[in-house]
Amino acid sequence: MSNFRLWISHNTGALIAVVLFLVLYIFYSSLHPRGFTTDLLVQNSNEALALIFVSIAQTLVVILGGIDLSVGSLMTLVNAVASEVVIGTGPEIVLGIVICLAIGLAGGLMNGVIIVYGRLQPIVVTLATGAIFTGLALLVRPTPGGEVDGDLSWVATNALSELPATYGWWDSDPGWFNLVSGIPMPIVILLLVILLVWIPYRNSELGRGGYAIGSNEAAAYMSGVRINRSKLAAYTLSGMFAGLAGLYFAIQTGSGNADPIQAGTYTLNSIAAVVIGGTSLFGGSGGAIGTIFGVMVLRSITFCFRVVDTDSAVGFLANPLLQPMFEGLILVIAVTLGAARAFSVKNRLNMFR
Amino acid sequence: MPVPKMSNLRNSIDRPLLFAGLFIIAILVVGTVYTLIFEGNAALLSPTYLILQLKVASFLGIVAAGMMIVVLLGHIDLSVPWTMTASAMLAAAVGGPFAIPIGLGVGLAIGLFNGIGVAYLRVPSMIFTLGVNVMLRGFMVMLTGGFSPSSVPTDAMLWLAKGEIIGIPNPVIVWALISLAVAFMLRRMPLGRYIYAIGNREAAVYLSGVNTRLVVVASFALCSTLAAFAGILLAGYSSKAFQAMGDPYLLPSIAAVVIGGTNILGGAGRYAGTVVGTILIVLLQSVLSVMQMPEAGRQIIYGVVIVIMLLAYGRGQRLRV
Repeated sequence: MSNFRLWISHNTGALIAVVLFLVLYIFYSSLHPRGFTTDLLVQNSNEALALIFVSIAQTLVVILGGIDLSVGSLMTLVNAVASEVVIGTGPEIVLGIVICLAIGLAGGLMNGVIIVYGRLQPIVVTLATGAIFTGLALLVRPTPGGEVDGDLSWVATNALSELPATYGWWDSDPGWFNLVSGIPMPIVILLLVILLVWIPYRNSELGRGGYAIGSNEAAAYMSGVRINRSKLAAYTLSGMFAGLAGLYFAIQTGSGNADPIQAGTYTLNSIAAVVIGGTSLFGGSGGAIGTIFGVMVLRSITFCFRVVDTDSAVGFLANPLLQPMFEGLILVIAVTLGAARAFSVKNRLNMFR
Repeated sequence: MPVPKMSNLRNSIDRPLLFAGLFIIAILVVGTVYTLIFEGNAALLSPTYLILQLKVASFLGIVAAGMMIVVLLGHIDLSVPWTMTASAMLAAAVGGPFAIPIGLGVGLAIGLFNGIGVAYLRVPSMIFTLGVNVMLRGFMVMLTGGFSPSSVPTDAMLWLAKGEIIGIPNPVIVWALISLAVAFMLRRMPLGRYIYAIGNREAAVYLSGVNTRLVVVASFALCSTLAAFAGILLAGYSSKAFQAMGDPYLLPSIAAVVIGGTNILGGAGRYAGTVVGTILIVLLQSVLSVMQMPEAGRQIIYGVVIVIMLLAYGRGQRLRV
């Protein structure tokens, strides 16, 4: 098989997600009353970024063949902390952001240490640590509220052009900047994180070790993969991504809320996004890029419901009472198509795994 | 020979049961010391309190019994919360003599759907039941959004949940009967042995001539029916069937099963452990609220306890090749 066809066959799931997203999003923006504008892109990317980070956190663990039921809770914890510390003078804000990410890292490391050295199953460990994170979040923020620096919120949730306009780091007039000034800040943040964190991790010994462990842990061990180190790295990095999600959620909403139900929703959506994005729940394949598109598919479905014309043949889709039902139905269908082994396994014995 | 006897003795004591039992005693001792110091009584040791706790535990216990069956297979059912809610709400909406059968039927239908998705389509149970849960929530929003159907439980539901026979609350009796039935099924019936076997290696069971898919479907149907029953009882207990009433039962039911020593990967675990795990969790929550621990502290202690119990006896094998 040629390299290209091999690449296609390795990334089928992610490619389907990309196509699905494009179809849904073009449908959505063409039906939108104001059409496709920068404002629309800014708004939609704001709504997606926190879930993207949580889902990348989930992806890192799922690649190992594990599952993390605490990502939503850890995000909530960091969200609660961020609403306390990301405010004040410039250095104070930077320190606050560092604290938030450090809490995310520490939470992920805690998961990793218990799972690796305690030799326990990730699903039950993260179930328990999820309760711990929720409890800590409630300690930090018993009632919703708090405040996040207004300038930071404004810059992080608008187009790139607001960055120089708000902070005056450079003159926003020159020609080269006009080309990129319309790009929404969430997309810029996401690109930076992918380039500076995900791609280096993916190509490092630790990251490749994670894929090897997910494929076959015993074989990885015999091939000299440092199992414990790779696992710890994946869980810790996963914690950092959950932290990023909490931080961005605080910046976006300008407040903190230790809401266990919201934490659960984010955890569940993260698993769905991982599956739709083409990462196998059995581990060893997939990646963050597919997951990003998995989230965008999920979000696009919600967006589409908003713009359906109530008088058209599919007008019942716009009925707010029916929307949760259809969202659920589409979720079931999407994950079934994405994850059903009945359609892909040739030898019936291979189905039992 | 004394040596085999010793090892027999050691093997006959189930570590999860022992640890969880000791922990229950520890919870009661700590709680009693607290009430003796601050309230001057030993209310936690009174039969009234203990029977009330058993009554509260019976709802979780019934859910956990069903959860344990699917966990033994190596699967998990995340649709339990809205199975409980949907069954209870529909039972209350129908009312009359058919309320309870309808509620159980709804549970059975959800279970069959889950089972078919997992056994025949081969979708990982975690993701399939997760989607079903979301779908059920949407379904109930659709059904109850435009108008509000009756949410008042029928007399039979109220009697099942609130009545008592010679001083023993009915839910406890129901839980005991279900426990006996499930324990008998797991120990003595072919279905039970197939469930353990599938949890160990499904391919081997399949090659032995067992219709493993049917076993998986039956297990999911049992799990959902039990969850539906718990939902119906809970509606009777709280005199109302309401949205999201099952949400607080998902994580505790999984926790009760694993604290009871059932392997989350399937294939091993005793039913008695699940009963003890259920009582442990209910008692822990109750004693913490007696001690006026805020919600934050309760969550943290709850999480720490699960981790400690698992570290005590749930550890896997070291990877050696």
